[in-house]
Amino acid sequence: MRTFNFAAEAEKVNPLIPHTAELVVGAIAFTLLFLVLRKAVVPMFEKAYAARTEAIEGGIKKAEKAQLDAQRALTQYNEQLSSAQGEASRLREEARVQGAAILEDLRTKAQEEAARITAAAHASIEAERQQAITSLRNEVGALAVELASKIVGEALDDQARQSRIVDRFIEDLEKSK
Amino acid sequence: MNNLHFSGEGFVPPSTNDFNLPPIFENIAWLTKPVLLVFLSVIVVSIFFVLSARKAAVVPSKLQFAGESIYSFVRNDLARDVIGHDFMRFVPYLFTLFTFVLTNNIFGIVPLLQFPAMSHVGFPYVLALFSFFIFHYVGIRKQGLGKYLKEIAFMPGVPKAVYILLTPIEVATFFLVRPLTLSLRLFANMFAGHLLLLVFIMGGDYMLHDSHMIMKVFAPFSFTFGIVLTFFEFMVQCLQAYIFTLLTALYIAGALADEH
Repeated sequence: MRTFNFAAEAEKVNPLIPHTAELVVGAIAFTLLFLVLRKAVVPMFEKAYAARTEAIEGGIKKAEKAQLDAQRALTQYNEQLSSAQGEASRLREEARVQGAAILEDLRTKAQEEAARITAAAHASIEAERQQAITSLRNEVGALAVELASKIVGEALDDQARQSRIVDRFIEDLEKSK
Repeated sequence: MNNLHFSGEGFVPPSTNDFNLPPIFENIAWLTKPVLLVFLSVIVVSIFFVLSARKAAVVPSKLQFAGESIYSFVRNDLARDVIGHDFMRFVPYLFTLFTFVLTNNIFGIVPLLQFPAMSHVGFPYVLALFSFFIFHYVGIRKQGLGKYLKEIAFMPGVPKAVYILLTPIEVATFFLVRPLTLSLRLFANMFAGHLLLLVFIMGGDYMLHDSHMIMKVFAPFSFTFGIVLTFFEFMVQCLQAYIFTLLTALYIAGALADEH
């Protein structure tokens, strides 16, 4: 029914008997494909896998590191914050103490000043009193002498004697008091 | 070639002879369509995967994603999950096996090509032979020739009397049944599938050219069923490529296992 010399020797070819050519071609073709895939395809895909794994793992590692850094920064800031708060309260306390001290100081100084002014006033009053007493005494002396001379009728011109008499008079007055 | 079928006095069903295609050039006997298709598959698969893997980018392009999906299916779902530890050694082989068989199978329904090379038993034989040698080699390398053969022939942990039965079965399994079933399963599926498609497509063709009106009316049904079967064939083709690779991985895993 067909005319080709390929299977001419048998009208019914047993399909389980292989052609030698096909065995050889199959082996060669398969080996060729195997070599190509092993050389140029498998390593490349494996490289892509490795790169992908690395990229993912690298990303995770990076994220972990960032998280760690953030954590560290947070604790650092918290520490700084609490130390700053401590510092602030310490400063406030110090300022309060210092303020009180200054106030106390000022008060003392004011009191001292007041005392000093009072003392100065006393002194000046005393001095003026003394002066007044002296001048009074002189005047009273002169008046008394004038009076006495008028009464005694005796002129007591001598200055020295006058003052001696006046002093004695006053001393007597003081003693009698 | 279709015209031959209704030249006589009735429908000549497609037979095994339909698989013996003439040489493309009269004087080069070995250069037949399946041989050409096998080489074509090598070129197609090589170009596709080399292009898709060339950049090896972390964020894959569409092409790389497509190639990588197939690669990672073989690498992770077949090699890693079945063989486990030390699976990387076998990934190139299993990957080649899967893509090679899959492409040649799918050629069976690709328009114009439309011939599964694996329906020529020579190709499955070669592949099964490769797998056969690899899993035995791996076992011998792992356990030493004597221990490996002994564990195959005399499975440990079995009463001595059972060996009378078990030993011939085990030896036959490892040295005859495994390579034969591996190759014949693939061959028979592709062969039968292609034959089935031939029956419906050529049958429809025959009916369409028949002189009776009733036959012409029923021809579209035959074609429709041929199309439905084409989809079914696609499933079988993928499945067979998967099974061939999976079984090879299983055999390798068995040879690598410490306890048989």
